[in-house]
Amino acid sequence: MNQAHGMLLLLAGVYVTLRFVYPRRPAVASAYLRYVLLGIAAFLILCPFVWLVCSVFKDKNVLMQYSFLPPLREWSAKTLNLDNFRTLFAGENTVQGRVYFWEYIVNSLFLACSATSISLFFASLGGYALAKYKFRGRNAIMAFMVGSMMFPAMLFLAPVYKLIYRFGWMDSYLALLVPGACSVFGMFLFRQAMVGVPDSLIEAARIDGASEFGIYLKVIMPLVRPMTGAYCLITFLGNWNNFIGPQIFIQTQGKLTLPVVLNQYIGVYAQDYGIFLAGTLLAIIPPAVLFFALQKEFVAGLTSGAVKG
Amino acid sequence: MARRSTGVTRAASRHNLAPWFFLAPYLALTSVFFLYPFFNSIWLAFHQTNGPRSAVFVGLGNFAFVLRDPMFYTALKNTTIFAIASVCVQLPLSLGLAMLLNTGENRVRNAFRLILFSPHLVGRIFVGVLFAVIFTPRYGLFNRGLQALVGWGLEERWLSNPSLVMPALIIVAMWMYVGFNMIYFLAALQNVDKNLVEAARIDGANRWQVFRNVVLPQIKPVAIFVVVMSTIGSYQLFELPYALLNGFGPKNSGLTIVGYLYQTAFDSGDLGTGAAIGWLLALIIFTISTIQIRLSRVMEE
Repeated sequence: MNQAHGMLLLLAGVYVTLRFVYPRRPAVASAYLRYVLLGIAAFLILCPFVWLVCSVFKDKNVLMQYSFLPPLREWSAKTLNLDNFRTLFAGENTVQGRVYFWEYIVNSLFLACSATSISLFFASLGGYALAKYKFRGRNAIMAFMVGSMMFPAMLFLAPVYKLIYRFGWMDSYLALLVPGACSVFGMFLFRQAMVGVPDSLIEAARIDGASEFGIYLKVIMPLVRPMTGAYCLITFLGNWNNFIGPQIFIQTQGKLTLPVVLNQYIGVYAQDYGIFLAGTLLAIIPPAVLFFALQKEFVAGLTSGAVKG
Repeated sequence: MARRSTGVTRAASRHNLAPWFFLAPYLALTSVFFLYPFFNSIWLAFHQTNGPRSAVFVGLGNFAFVLRDPMFYTALKNTTIFAIASVCVQLPLSLGLAMLLNTGENRVRNAFRLILFSPHLVGRIFVGVLFAVIFTPRYGLFNRGLQALVGWGLEERWLSNPSLVMPALIIVAMWMYVGFNMIYFLAALQNVDKNLVEAARIDGANRWQVFRNVVLPQIKPVAIFVVVMSTIGSYQLFELPYALLNGFGPKNSGLTIVGYLYQTAFDSGDLGTGAAIGWLLALIIFTISTIQIRLSRVMEE
């Protein structure tokens, strides 16, 4: 019998008590049970995060001694400090010279932000063409798009690698930005969001002399703000977490991104977990910040395709 | 009069050409980075290659090699175990959580939804790195938690014991995806007609009957969508085990089909065989999702 058992027993005990106290209202006990189960699920999901935050501040001598933080009386600069971050940012000597951790952060931010902006522009533009224009070949293009989504991306890895090699884009960010610049999935998302915009609005703008591109930019895009937010988040996450692309196309250490580098660190700092855990914590902060800023749009965008379709 | 008609024609033609301009980026990119690689991957699959430069025609040689390679079957077995676990263990759990969240206050629902979804924000590589430490024998969080709860597991070497690698991987994937799939189920449950549920309750149906006969038929399209997407995703598993095991695990116990493809194409530089594995993977995914969709139709009748 330990604390964990005691806690579970207590939770079960309250349930039994509730059944006895309100024998005619089983809803009370079942509501309680619901929250207990949800609470346990939330606890299990959050545990690794809490553990991560605690771990990065622990000195390497006590890192493995305590599951979370050391007890209060043990708190001192010897047990809790910023050494992991200091070592992480001190830089490392590589064949290509000294490389600093902040460079990877900048690379990742740059790549994820530029890929997101490019993809947002192309996908919304294409989605608009498919949503609001009637032209010969539209249905053929959409059928082709659906068909192209059925093939796993891995199928194209080898030929795209050859292509990038032939273009001379090896070790260049072009290899990471260009191939995925227009997402079929994104075009469908935007098409779906734009199809509902009334035609009269577009006609009115046309009569007022707006250009076709002006209509897209000034009339349509402001109307699909929620989808824009959702799409930016999805694309940012996808690019921020992209591993295979930089792993196979980028060779210069100073050009690498966080996922590739942290994967290397497991081997490099095998005896010193604190350092790559600190790196991992830093790597999950930007997507988390973006998610909290855009979460409402995100859930709406994520489920709109599934539920309506 | 003449001027006006040219004006109309010009406006009409501008109107007709605009969508093609808007689609031009997609059409250009898709020809170079989808259509060409598509045909090239067929071509590659029939050639023996050495790096991106040289190629010799070998007919079905690449496929024959893969189908005789015991590593392919290891990869196929591991990936299939993972896919089955995703559909049979993880998705029911997601549905269960969604049902727990379906009633009650909006604020509570949103808070829990946010918490349960949060692991999905962490990239697969980062999740792998984190759990590589969490599964450390004796000191890792997971082993300590198990020891506290069931009094067993403190010394288990999850990532270096070949028979424990897949269970560990399934646990990590569950942590990462259970909330993600729950969002789909929850959205579907929120759209279930409450009057029908109410009517069934009044008619004396118990909870299970209501779920089986009223709720399930209404969430079925989403459930099929989630099952198919989850299967397709499972068969493309790569980064999670690659980071978790810092490779493919002892005795390739964490090797997946995409891992096998990656190793063949990029570690050994054999792009031709890599393309052949890619086509086998596409065939597997296509066959299984077709069977799933057919089955769901048969069950309806």
